[in-house]
Amino acid sequence: MKSDIILRVVAKILIPFALMFALYVQFHGDYGPGGGFQAGVVIAAAVVFYAVIFGLAAARRAVPEPVVESMVALGVLVYAGVGIAGLLLGGNFLDYFVLDPDPVHGQHRGIFWVEAGVGITVSGVMLKIFYIFAGRGRDFEEDS
Amino acid sequence: MIETGAVAALLAMLAIVGVAIARIRNLFGVVVLSGAYSFIMATALAALDAADVAMTEAAVGAGISTVLLLGALHLVGSLEAKPARRPAWPLAVVIFTGLLVAYGTHGLPAFSDPQSPIHRHVAPRYLEDGPRETGVPNVVTAVLASYRGYDTLGETTVVFAAGIGVIALLRRRRRKDGEGGP
Repeated sequence: MKSDIILRVVAKILIPFALMFALYVQFHGDYGPGGGFQAGVVIAAAVVFYAVIFGLAAARRAVPEPVVESMVALGVLVYAGVGIAGLLLGGNFLDYFVLDPDPVHGQHRGIFWVEAGVGITVSGVMLKIFYIFAGRGRDFEEDS
Repeated sequence: MIETGAVAALLAMLAIVGVAIARIRNLFGVVVLSGAYSFIMATALAALDAADVAMTEAAVGAGISTVLLLGALHLVGSLEAKPARRPAWPLAVVIFTGLLVAYGTHGLPAFSDPQSPIHRHVAPRYLEDGPRETGVPNVVTAVLASYRGYDTLGETTVVFAAGIGVIALLRRRRRKDGEGGP
């Protein structure tokens, strides 16, 4: 699909907005619908879109495979790290109230990092699965 | 009232798409229809005011799954093999189970009944105290990330384990084919 100019132009216009929307969903999830899971999937979908239009090799250059694999584990580590931080600050595991002198701010902080962890792992896993599936096919490889 | 009608119409469309998916032999058509199924489902969820779930359904069901299924389709070919014999016995089991489930729904509380047990357990506390305790206006986020933080940690770990499982399974196969890693 690399040669189709309409698809390429539309993709170039849409992908930045998709990524921006993902960030909005991620960080505005406290106030509106959304959160880490939805944001992670939207980020993965934007990169998948890029790979479908510009080829798997181009997507692998933009978002390298080692980065994706690290994200798979990093998100869970961030999430569990918030729990450990609660323990170290004298609370229970995943206790957000102790993360800040103001309990409500502590809740905000905890939810922010927990959602970030979810988003990182979800987008990493989705992208990794896509890379592996697409790497086994032929039409994506032809572009490389 | 309009909302109920819209949801009923969407559910009817879901049933039509479901039957079409079961009957079509062309797997490419099946993949496209399952994407349409997810979009209709997401619309129904949005009509039911479940914006978070609708967003997930649209992104996962219609977006990622469709791409993954197309990738799988590329490996297996796009025409479903004809079954060796008529599936009378499985059909009977499916119809029986469906009737059983439909019968079971009569025991459930009415849709959005405020007196049903699920709305009288911890839900009122989350709705009343959630915004004050967590400072987060979106109750879904407050429940997901704070009140049910352990569950969400478990879910994230499940996603992680699924990803690791897929990597472990598919990567080895690729090396055996002699295609080599990236």
